[in-house]
Amino acid sequence: MSDSLITFASVSKFYGEVLGINKVNLSIPPGITSLVGPNGSGKTTLMNLMTGLIRPTQGEIRVLGIAPEHPERLCRHVGYCTQFDAFPKGLTGRQFIYWFLRTHGMSPAECDQRTEAALEKVGMTEAANRHVAAYSKGMRQRIKLAQAIAHDPQVLVLDEPLNGLDPMARAETIALFQEWGSKGRHVLVSSHILHEVDRISDQVVLLSHGYVVAEGQIQGVRSEVKEQPMQILVRCDHPNVLAARLFQQDHVVEAKISTDHKGLLLRTADADSFYLLLNRVVLDSGLEVESVAPADDDVNSVYQYLIGSEGGTV
Amino acid sequence: MKRVWIHQIGAVLRLELKKTALSRRGWWVYILALMPVVLTLLHWLFEMSRSHGHHSLGEDSVVFAGIFLFFYLRGAIFFGCMGIFSNLFRGEMLEKTLHYYYLTPMRRELLVAGKYLSGLSVAMVVFVGSTAASFLMIGRHFGAAWTDYLVHGPGLGQLGSYVLVAALACVGYGAVFLMCGLLFKNPMIPAAVVFVWENLNPFLPTLLKKISVIFYLKNLCPVEVPVPPPFSVMVIDADPTPAWIAVPGLLAVSAIVLVYAAICARQSEISYGE
Repeated sequence: MSDSLITFASVSKFYGEVLGINKVNLSIPPGITSLVGPNGSGKTTLMNLMTGLIRPTQGEIRVLGIAPEHPERLCRHVGYCTQFDAFPKGLTGRQFIYWFLRTHGMSPAECDQRTEAALEKVGMTEAANRHVAAYSKGMRQRIKLAQAIAHDPQVLVLDEPLNGLDPMARAETIALFQEWGSKGRHVLVSSHILHEVDRISDQVVLLSHGYVVAEGQIQGVRSEVKEQPMQILVRCDHPNVLAARLFQQDHVVEAKISTDHKGLLLRTADADSFYLLLNRVVLDSGLEVESVAPADDDVNSVYQYLIGSEGGTV
Repeated sequence: MKRVWIHQIGAVLRLELKKTALSRRGWWVYILALMPVVLTLLHWLFEMSRSHGHHSLGEDSVVFAGIFLFFYLRGAIFFGCMGIFSNLFRGEMLEKTLHYYYLTPMRRELLVAGKYLSGLSVAMVVFVGSTAASFLMIGRHFGAAWTDYLVHGPGLGQLGSYVLVAALACVGYGAVFLMCGLLFKNPMIPAAVVFVWENLNPFLPTLLKKISVIFYLKNLCPVEVPVPPPFSVMVIDADPTPAWIAVPGLLAVSAIVLVYAAICARQSEISYGE
């Protein structure tokens, strides 16, 4: 078992008779990983399990080789920004970060320095001396994030971290995740803002009703969804020529010429055959192709295919 | 080697004090502790204004013993400790803030120790302080006789005993209620059971008497309070436990309860009922 991975081995969690997650097997490499699924699909359960806030009913979890039952070791490497919007009473933003850093056993000077660095990272230095109770939703979200990153963890777990943030703060926060991920660290994000998840994720884990529906890089996941024809957008000078050839193929389900007559959106059950055919058409007809790109290998499409409307809201 | 665990306990202790000391949630505990102080202060002022008809110093001593046994031990310290200690974990569960502690790289045993010490320091300051203040005030109107009683008589010894018993009560009830806060969603129910059990103590058979905190504390009190009829008929006498057994015994029982609470904390999960 590698010490750079987060692993779940046949992990189940039941809340009494209610299923949290069931028989989850996962191996998450460093980088940004998004947990996607409808409400109640098990995203938060998965995050709570890996941070030791709850314990599995069965199975084994390791985070960088450490079992979550040992918070004294695990929490030196893990920062968790939960979705709980509650804070200890009577503390300012600065005190909130500083005092929880002190529980790590760090010296006051080191805690001071780390507190300031974390506040600066999330843009909360100016508001740091105000009581957390007086913060707006977005500020509370940012101070939670600052508290999660203050001890410079190897694994950053974020449950709906973009909730309540304005577009500017969202962009800054996403940049922070990307910076974190680019350092070879783990960033696990659950978010319902699929297009943003899609933009930043190195891999995704799709959950539904407590089960992992799919995991891996999004393109890989999409190519595994065989029952849904792949959508491909071809920009070329004579889409009608290409469409005529395509209709002779069994694997092509649908082809639509765009209104500007410069593009063709097709759905095919066999993308590899399509690409071979496209080469032939280019050679035979002298078709000038501007671009060829999959049109539905994003998180949103994969989510719709695998979970769809049954899943409810994300 | 750096003693990280000491720093961690210290951090929890200070953070808890910062969060809870003089908080609005605990106002009733301070009022409970202030009540006998105010009462003895009024008693002093009233007696000072009277020109004759003073009662004896010995009577005041017995009155204080009664206040200590029935108000402090059976009431104020019991309920005060319930309010302070059962909220250390349960209160954070209700406010949905316990996860911040559970996400720190600290053994849960140390968290229990830090929280217990913070509760204990508040309870000690409030109740030991209140006990000492009201004791010093109850005979103040006797003037020089009271000073003589304190300095040359049994006064200081009695004060020491009351302070020790109040402190031990905080230690014992604190441990019990901290554990209740960890084990039960509603600590009021076990607290009510403990309350009934502790108050039935005088009427219980000797063996059962000894399974309580109040039995040992009562034995350590310097002045015995006479039980009025008809209750005196129902009281079952038991041999008092000597101080050298009662004090370490109470501390040992408190330590055992705290160890069990630490084990519970180690196995506990964050469940805010969402």
